Amino acid sequence: MTIMLSKKEKALIKEIWERLTPVAENIGSEALHRMFASYPGTKTYFSHLDISPGSSHLYSHGKKIVLAIAEGAKDISQLTVALAPLQTLHAYQLRIDPTNFKLLSHCMLVTLACYLGEEFTPVAHAAMDKFLSAFAAVLAEKYR
Amino acid sequence: MVKWSDFERSTIQDIFAKIDKNVVGPAALTRCLTVYPWTQRYFGGFGNLYNADAIAANPKVAAHGKVVLNSLENGVKNLDDLKNFYKDLSVLHSEKLQVDPDNFKLLTDCITVVVAGQLGKAFTPEVHAAFSKFLAVVVASLRKFFNSTNWLNCC
Repeated sequence: MTIMLSKKEKALIKEIWERLTPVAENIGSEALHRMFASYPGTKTYFSHLDISPGSSHLYSHGKKIVLAIAEGAKDISQLTVALAPLQTLHAYQLRIDPTNFKLLSHCMLVTLACYLGEEFTPVAHAAMDKFLSAFAAVLAEKYR
Repeated sequence: MVKWSDFERSTIQDIFAKIDKNVVGPAALTRCLTVYPWTQRYFGGFGNLYNADAIAANPKVAAHGKVVLNSLENGVKNLDDLKNFYKDLSVLHSEKLQVDPDNFKLLTDCITVVVAGQLGKAFTPEVHAAFSKFLAVVVASLRKFFNSTNWLNCC
């Protein structure tokens, strides 16, 4: 699948996620918390976890997600290869309706805006939104 | 009729008290036209929208961003009857401007990101949820008159 990201955009995305990797569990748990608060229907996928604010499950799961995104950002041209195991997981086990990926992506962008402030310029936002959309699309590739 | 909790009501009012709508409005519309360039289709008369810098510097974009935020601020004063408050704007956007209503969400998502950038840590998940709810109700009110068939009788 082709993603319309320039070299500059890919470098920007890679740099941002590299910088956020040390705080992966903060970013990830906050994005999830935002999603559960704004879109309560998404909670239905997490009945097996304690997703109350500040819970260790929320931190560890948030960390997992951010680390996967950061890994994908290292070499965006290889997303399909990097995400192959997660594709299988989401298609056959988790079976999360892909519309939810958009909701989490939006909450991830809001979290980034809170963390990065002015640095999260319209150009950075555009690049990040494209990357997260591509990431979600690749994740859903094995669904049918 | 939408029910607002005390927390939601005071949070939404508080956000509008804290933000500078003359900064947020232009920034949000600029962001929308940059992140979702296809939305530029509705702004043919705005002049130079060729790249991110041009959009950010465009005075018509800034002016229109302020118009949008002013309307939202007035909406906050009419929380208990947003449907009626936005009736005329809904008709305008459907009959005259003929905007695909899916675009409303793109703009409100950008408004949320800009407000988040402005408020930082203060834009907690709970504050964010209240704000999202307000914007969602505004969008639903704006969408209301798209379903009326009278204006389709053009063909």
